[in-house]
Amino acid sequence: MKKSLISTMSIAISAEDLTKKFDDFLAVDHINFQINRNEIFGFLGPNGAGKTTTMKMIQCVSPKTTGSLIVNGIDVEKDSRSVKDILGIVPQENNLDPDFSVLKNLLVYARYYNISEEEAERRSFEQLDFVQLNEKKDVMIDKLSGGMKRRLILARALINKPRILILDEPTTGLDPQARHMIWDKILSLKKEGVTVVLTTHYMEEASQLCDRLVIMDLGKIIEEGSPQELIQKHVGSHVVEVDNTPAVMKCLTENGDKYEEFANRVHVFAAEPEELSSKLMKRCNFDKVTVRQASLEDVFLKLTKKALRD
Amino acid sequence: MLRIFSIPKISSRTYKVWLRNKDVFMKTIKINFIPQLLEPILYLFGIGYGLGFFVREIDGLPYVEFIAPALICISMMNSAFFESTFASFVRMYYQKTFDAIINTPMNIEEVIFGEILWAATKSMINASIILLVVSSLQLVRLPESLLLIPLSFLVGLVFASIGMCFTSLVPRIEFFNYPIFLLITPMYLFSGTFFPMSILPEQIQTISLLIFPLAHAVNISRWLTTGIAYSSIALSLLWLVVVAVPLTILSINLMKKRLIV
Repeated sequence: MKKSLISTMSIAISAEDLTKKFDDFLAVDHINFQINRNEIFGFLGPNGAGKTTTMKMIQCVSPKTTGSLIVNGIDVEKDSRSVKDILGIVPQENNLDPDFSVLKNLLVYARYYNISEEEAERRSFEQLDFVQLNEKKDVMIDKLSGGMKRRLILARALINKPRILILDEPTTGLDPQARHMIWDKILSLKKEGVTVVLTTHYMEEASQLCDRLVIMDLGKIIEEGSPQELIQKHVGSHVVEVDNTPAVMKCLTENGDKYEEFANRVHVFAAEPEELSSKLMKRCNFDKVTVRQASLEDVFLKLTKKALRD
Repeated sequence: MLRIFSIPKISSRTYKVWLRNKDVFMKTIKINFIPQLLEPILYLFGIGYGLGFFVREIDGLPYVEFIAPALICISMMNSAFFESTFASFVRMYYQKTFDAIINTPMNIEEVIFGEILWAATKSMINASIILLVVSSLQLVRLPESLLLIPLSFLVGLVFASIGMCFTSLVPRIEFFNYPIFLLITPMYLFSGTFFPMSILPEQIQTISLLIFPLAHAVNISRWLTTGIAYSSIALSLLWLVVVAVPLTILSINLMKKRLIV
């Protein structure tokens, strides 16, 4: 009893056998995951993997088909209003209200949470400071750059002081400066005790931010762990890249090395990169050998490489 | 089948959606006001006085007084129907405003009901503006005609929910041309607006009274502004009330079906 109480308190979101079916299409296929409080948890996967659908079920805007989904100790089906009250949402699509200015967007959004006018104003200015948009407070939405819009959406998502923040591709389409700024904000929110759930297909983003992550493909969770664990498990510490030629392929197969084949390049996974590359160069007469650190991108490509689906 | 008439879960938070639309409206009120004021004046002069020069009077009423209540009702219809079709569709489809709102503790039923209430309010605002114009021209009797203001909310509710049903069905915004040409235009012409329905073939009269909310709105309004009733006022009022409630529920459920997948 005591143990289960502690575990429910330390778990922000848990899903068991969660599925989502659209007519005949199984978008989310019996997935299980547990997101701890105060961690940054990532959902990675190619387009159409089911990440956004999963987010929408957590957000209580798309009903689950089967399975169980508990957010902050509350069943999403039983009391979606209470769930939504403690969530902050950064959707994939910019849906700021174009009929209002920057400041008014926050004020109007605060109203939907029954936040009083004075409190809404106080929080709006606080959030505008946080995302550095104070100077733009009277500007209409269509005059903002892409990065500013994303920052304003982040500010809007924080207006109700959420305990769990959901970020669906928060930095897609942003320049590096804007991206780093958003990352910075996410990390400082974690320090304040917010649980962050994010979807992305930027591996760098996932490596930098996520404490743990899952990789989804075709509606299923195919791998789970910390970025480091996953790299170690699937790739090793380093990757040796060589040109993809018949001679190279023959040599690699004979050697029994672990590799991943692409159209023009072959990635050979190695724990001892120098040893491997000199071995390859000597024995197989490879030229153009590149040695680099293994990254989450290697894991991702290895696990989801089968086809370019859309 | 039953589910599309099930009672939607609605709280007082609906008001926040109404308030959002009101805030947008107030920002542009100076621009909004002018066309609303101009349109009835144009009709009154163009049709009322222009055509009225030849028609003179209908059933003892000067023509311009005959059509004045109809012009108010047409404005109720147009403003509510436009708001819950084009304007709501833009907010739903292009601006993603509904998506943003339902990420908060608001639910979709409250969003749609708020939109419908706002459209009915637009009907009331526009009817009031025109009432001011026709009153200043002494074309309506007072104070009875002031009852047009609450009536315009009810009529607005009916047209807003009809519009919202179409909004839940159309794949693209251009498709609103169908209900406009197949429903709104015939209603505009054959609801006892510019001539009494009694001159129409009996079958068309029956159809009009059965399916055209505008026919009932005009009947009640004309009675309020002139004292002449063309058919039972109690029945017309009952018709509007009886139709408003299930239509509102239906439109909310249809929109939920469209948006919550």
